Amino acid sequence: MSAVLAVAIWLGWAMLAVAFAVGLARLVVGPHLPDRIVALDMLALTAICAALLLALASASSTYVDVALVMALISFLSTVAFARYVEWVAFRRARQADPPPLDHADD
Amino acid sequence: MIEALIQLLLIVLVLAGSGFALIAAIGIWRLPDALMRMHASSKSGTLGGSLLFFAVAIGLGEFDAVVRALAGVAFLLFTTPIASHLIARATYLLGVPRDPSQVRDDLEGRYDLNARVCRAPPDVVASASSQARAGDSPSTATGGGAA
Repeated sequence: MSAVLAVAIWLGWAMLAVAFAVGLARLVVGPHLPDRIVALDMLALTAICAALLLALASASSTYVDVALVMALISFLSTVAFARYVEWVAFRRARQADPPPLDHADD
Repeated sequence: MIEALIQLLLIVLVLAGSGFALIAAIGIWRLPDALMRMHASSKSGTLGGSLLFFAVAIGLGEFDAVVRALAGVAFLLFTTPIASHLIARATYLLGVPRDPSQVRDDLEGRYDLNARVCRAPPDVVASASSQARAGDSPSTATGGGAA
């Protein structure tokens, strides 16, 4: 591995760190439930990218499995969260006086 | 020579992949409403992850790593549209307020949340049925009301 590639991988780490921090901020701030789910999805994808960078930096294919498993889990959790939000929406439609949207999942 | 080219390709793939992940994060932070944030994260996130998978496939060069990386790319390309579509549908059904710049809503009043169906509004149903069967009275169309 050449020195330039090592520098590129370090730059990649830096960019992924910034991406993770920003996604975490949106996860905390996100005004509604879907914003938080989107942020979680993006955080999982950033973690996949980090696992792939680790595979490239350590030249071992074990971390590719980590990335694959993370992709699987993030897809399943996103589907589950989306189903949950739909369930909340259906419940709100049935309620005579639904709670405010900021606390839709209470 | 070939080595140098492969290194160059790897550098470009790593920087582009991480950069697209960063762009997804910036889009999530900067865009004004949930649907646009979903759009940013799904498109550029998939692209960034796929580029890094390709970088791993080229950089490791072993057969099993290449197969796993290509399987990962295929998995991302198959699952991310489904996941983002589900999030968008849930967002719409929840009725999260949209940005004022979004002026048109083609689905307005079509989802009946109690019956859990999506129908055309009554006037569209009436005009479609009267076009299909000219002379038939439009009162036969009893499409679902607004949710």
